[in-house]
Parts: sequence; structure tokens; C-alpha cells
Amino acid sequence: MARDVVEVEDLRKSYGSLQAVRGISFTVAEAEVFAMLGPNGAGKTTTVEILEGFRRRDGGRVSVFGFDPATGDRRLKEQMGIVLQTTGVDPYLTVAETVDMFRGYYPKPRTRAEVLDLVGLADKRDSRVTKLSGGQRRRLDVAIALAGDPQVLFLDEPTTGFDPGARRAAWEVIMGLKNLGKTIFLTSHSMDEVQFLADRVVVIATGKIVAQGTPDTLAGRQHASTVVRFRMPASVTLPEAIRGSARLEGNGVELETNDPTRTLYELTSWAVQTGISLEGLQATRPSLEDVYLEITKEAEGAPV
Amino acid sequence: MRDLKLALRQVWYINNAFVRNPASLFFTLIFPLMFLVIFTVIFGNGHVLIAPGKAVRVATFYVPSIAAFSVITACYTNIAISLSFSRDSGALKRIHGSPLPVWSYMLARIVHAVSIAILLVVICAVFGALFYGATLPTTTLPAFALTVVVGAAVFSALGVAVTAVIPNADASPAVVNATILPLLFISNVFIPLQNPSGWIDILGKIFPVRHFADALIGSFFQLSGSGLHTNDLLVLGAWGVAGLILGVRFFQWEPRT
Repeated sequence: MARDVVEVEDLRKSYGSLQAVRGISFTVAEAEVFAMLGPNGAGKTTTVEILEGFRRRDGGRVSVFGFDPATGDRRLKEQMGIVLQTTGVDPYLTVAETVDMFRGYYPKPRTRAEVLDLVGLADKRDSRVTKLSGGQRRRLDVAIALAGDPQVLFLDEPTTGFDPGARRAAWEVIMGLKNLGKTIFLTSHSMDEVQFLADRVVVIATGKIVAQGTPDTLAGRQHASTVVRFRMPASVTLPEAIRGSARLEGNGVELETNDPTRTLYELTSWAVQTGISLEGLQATRPSLEDVYLEITKEAEGAPV
Repeated sequence: MRDLKLALRQVWYINNAFVRNPASLFFTLIFPLMFLVIFTVIFGNGHVLIAPGKAVRVATFYVPSIAAFSVITACYTNIAISLSFSRDSGALKRIHGSPLPVWSYMLARIVHAVSIAILLVVICAVFGALFYGATLPTTTLPAFALTVVVGAAVFSALGVAVTAVIPNADASPAVVNATILPLLFISNVFIPLQNPSGWIDILGKIFPVRHFADALIGSFFQLSGSGLHTNDLLVLGAWGVAGLILGVRFFQWEPRT
């Protein structure tokens, strides 16, 4: 069992009368990609910035590598890589200068060439930051986070505003870091990102954890039944084995099943033998997005 | 020791960003020289008899005045505005999240500003001597150099402190000019005041600009003595300490709005 790098217990934080984080607890294990998923304003950035040491908590216990981030201990900062929600680099320095500047702050930095290769900015080495596109600046941000060869990375919505190609490239970078044994804490409001990257996910809404699990099992998703839909001529009758679970609406049929393999086999073999074609045949399971929308809707509708 | 090296290394990056920013370069380096030329043109550059048989050019008084203005521009104005921009862009927050010690970063900012200030003073003096025949200090040179360095450090600390009341980068030139321009006019910098009256005299004695200008002009040219204006330097030092305390207490690394 890997040790826990991040431990959070009953974390609380308010801004005036607004309770941004209302008692959340979780742990992040070493070499794990841990995602915090939630709508805007759910408390994701507040949580990650408390872990990074930028904000003070009002209550609860927080530890990263055994340090309390609120103390700003340098030994902790030397092990942390941070990508904030907004980029922040000096516009007049070059890419190489920016990376070198940050490398110098760490006791055992990664080489500049390695860092730039990881984020795909090697050919932009001598460009000034002002000349970079938004996506390239974001990658420079990731490069800065990697400069010190950190053990844990905090990424606050790292791919927001990326085009699909850049997003895929960023995911490859993050998977590469995971394979190097880095612990990664990620916030996101993108389902497919979490599905692709995360080992574990917590869903947070209005400052509370409303669901947690792996992307595949979140909120019992793996147990959710599959819905089979198709259209058939009104003149035929469904075989007995599946008739019971079917709902008919005009020509359309909807079947709910917990054993989609068998159901589909019975359905399609019957159709082939009878010589009819099932138009618009599809079998769907609730996507992570369906599950997410369902649980965040419940949480936001609930009385506070 | 390693942190001191980090600070010096940081000076190099700050300077790279500084020299590549056309606005900061113009306002810091060209502006003061422009004023020197304009004042000499407007007020003339005749001879002033300062002792029987000893006359100097009027520029001999303009040079230290503009040198004082240069130091204030390079330190107070430059630091306050560039820190505000770095804060708004998120660059300060990024640095604050790194292991670079806070004091290394601030020391780097101040060392850079003080170096620029010294460079400007030298340029002013050489320019004034070459083109306007200004008399340069000799026996009072140590006092003059000390005054430049003390003044530069003090106005750097005040530049850091004032960022606490600057809401965002767009507002920074307004706040900086509103705080410094009136003082420059009532403090012997732009216009020499003959027997200033009442409240102007009092304000000048309270705020650091006139003490700095008087100490700098006095040590640039003096017939006898070391030229050291100890009382003015003490008042300056008090402002520097106040700036440092306020800076440490109220400085913000993240955008305020």
C-alpha cells in the first residue's frame, strides 16, 4: 500500500458569510492521479490553493508530505509543482530564461532540455513569452511546475481553454509524469479529462464531497443498467425472454437490462431469424457526465 | 549565502525584463535627461558667482536636482509600477509558490532599482559636465555617493510599500504620480524654492523628497566641508524604515481585484 502524500480532514474555509469549503476529507496516495471534479464555484480552487499554501484554512487538518502547507515551509515548496488556474509569467523573458529562473530556486532541478521536451516547447526556447499563444503559455506554466522535479503536482484546471489536440497532448504529459511516479492532484470540470487521467475522483459541489470512487464506479455507475433502444414494425411481437422488460412507444422500444450481452443476443438472434431489421439500434450506459450532472444537481438543489 | 546568490541571480532576470520593456526603459532612463535639457533651455545656463572670483554654471544646480528626480523615478516609481504589473499578471503569485525566499526576491528588486539609480546619476552628471559645463563634486564625492545610495534604498522601500494601496496595474501610474509629483514641485527638485512659506515648508519638512533633494544638491556642490547632510539623511532613513515595516506587513502577492 502506497503511503498518503496528501491528507485532508474536515477542511473548512469561508469568505465572509460564504462557506466555500464545508468540511471535506480525503487522502491522495503516492503516485496516484487524484481528480477533484465539480462545477464552477464548488470550492475546488479554494481547496487546491489551501494545499499549495496560498490560502489559510478556517478549520480542519491539512498535511502534504507531513508538512502543514500554511507554514510555507521551504522543504515542502521544494517538493511541490504548481499550475495555477491562470498563467503568470513575465512577458518579457524568453521561454528558456523563464524555465531557468525557476530551475534555480530548487535544489535538484530537472534539466531545461528535459522540461521543454516534456511540454513540447523545445522549438520555442528562444521566443519571448509575449510571442506565445495561449496554449503555449499554459504549457510554459506546466514547464515551470516541472522545473524543480517535484514529487507532487497540483494542477488547477490545467487544460481549460485548450483545443482538442493540445488537450490530448497535455494529457499525455500528465500520464508521462504519473509513470515517473509523481503524485498528481488535479481539479477539472471536464468529464473526459477525469475519465482519461484519474485513478480516483471526488465530486465536490457547494463545498462538500458528494460522491467519490474511480471514474468507472462513481456513484454506482458500474451497476447502472444498460438501456437498449430500437424501432421495429408494429406487426411483430417480441420474444418472451425480453418482452417483460420492454416499454413500447409507437414503433420505438426501450429495454432496461442488467445483462446487456444476453439481452442483445436474444434480441438480435430473434430479429435475424424473423427476418426483420431493428432500426436505430443502440445500447447505452450512463456516461460519467450523466452521473456527474445527476449528483451535482442533487447537491445544489439540496437545502444548505 | 545561497539565498544571497539567488537574489543576485534574480537581479539578472529582473534586468532582462526591464530593458525589454520599452515603457519602463523610456520613463526611467530617458525622461530625467529630457528634464535636464528642458530646464537648461528654459532657465538658461549662465554663470553664477558663488564666491569672490569663483563662478559656476547654473547647470551645476540642475544636475543634482535631476539626479534626485532620477533616483526617485528609478526606485519609487519604477518599483511600484512594475511590482503592480507583476502582481496583476500572476507572476508574483507564481514566485511566491516557489521555494525562492521572499526576502531574496525583494532584495533583488531593490538592488536592481538602486543600480539603475546609480547609473542614471552618473549619466546625468557626465551629460551635465560635457554639454552644460556643470562642475562635478570632488571633496564632497563620498557624501554625494552615500546620499544617492541611501536615497535610492529608501525610495525603493517606499515603492514596495505603496503597492499596498494600488488597487491594480492600470491604477498604478495614477497612484504613483499623485503621490510623488506634488512633492517634487514643493521640494526643491523642479523649482528651487526661495524662502518657502507656511504649509509648503511644513509639508516639505515632513515628507522625504525635500530632505533627499537638499542632501543631494548640498553634497554635489559645497565650498567647504564634507557636504554630508546628516539630519536630512536621518529623516530619510526613518522613512525607509517605515516603508520597510509597512511593506513587510501589507505587501500582497496576489492580484487585489
